[in-house]
Amino acid sequence: MTDATPDLPLWTSLMVSFFLLVGAGLTLTGSIGFLRFKTFYERLHAPTLGTSWGTGGIVMASMIYFTVTQQRPVFHEILVGIFVTVTTPVTLMLLARAALHRDRSEGHPEVPGSSSLTETPETFIDQKKS
Amino acid sequence: MSIVLPYPLLTVALTVMWMSLNSFSFGHLVLGLAIAWVASAAMAALRPEKPRIRRPLALIRLLASVIFRDIVLSNIAVARIILGVPRHARRPGFMTIPLEMTSQTGLALLAVLLTGTPGTSWLEYNSNEGTLLIHVLDLDDEEALRDLIKNRYERTLMEVFE
Repeated sequence: MTDATPDLPLWTSLMVSFFLLVGAGLTLTGSIGFLRFKTFYERLHAPTLGTSWGTGGIVMASMIYFTVTQQRPVFHEILVGIFVTVTTPVTLMLLARAALHRDRSEGHPEVPGSSSLTETPETFIDQKKS
Repeated sequence: MSIVLPYPLLTVALTVMWMSLNSFSFGHLVLGLAIAWVASAAMAALRPEKPRIRRPLALIRLLASVIFRDIVLSNIAVARIILGVPRHARRPGFMTIPLEMTSQTGLALLAVLLTGTPGTSWLEYNSNEGTLLIHVLDLDDEEALRDLIKNRYERTLMEVFE
């Protein structure tokens, strides 16, 4: 890796640095948001910066760097991007539903009630009470 | 075809994935195909709903415009909110959207699009009533967002998968 660095053309260095900084910057911003937001539902949004173009930027930088230094198209990094994007909703949805369940059973007024029969029975009873 | 190769697209995708992780050589093509074939046969045992991609071009166009425009713009918008440069008072809130789409693949893809876009997060889908509950970081333009989800995302996904 280090032996190829001196031969890197200027435009490649610029593009790699640009994408790397954008990706890392967005991920950092997401983490700051995670810290600064006050409610759980707002906090759900912050890490998606890191999982969308945060990952995307770093993946692009890696693809450009290795494509130039190895002088063949390198694109398997895109798999990292695809898998991160496709698996994020699963985790976030689980967390969100757990939070909804908690808030509804505690009877938070700002959380919209569930009108569904697919919910577990205790949620349904909890809701009737509140 | 259906017994020998139950999910042709999955088999092709897995083979391409295998080869891009290893190398594009004849040996890895054969090995990748064998592994992909076993994996898609295993997938067939789970019997998922088989998606039929009707208009692949429309799907690619939608994905490209979301990845390179909508997600970029919302990344910038959310980064601005986090770093404390709001142009107006921010109003986070919940939003309920009625969906007509019933295709599981379409709904899964819609979940990926909405979660991938910072600023909107998918909370709950009610399959009985076909309503989707999302949380929005900034409900500044509720109508525009509703229009985007209903008329662009959902309509295109319905054209592709239903």
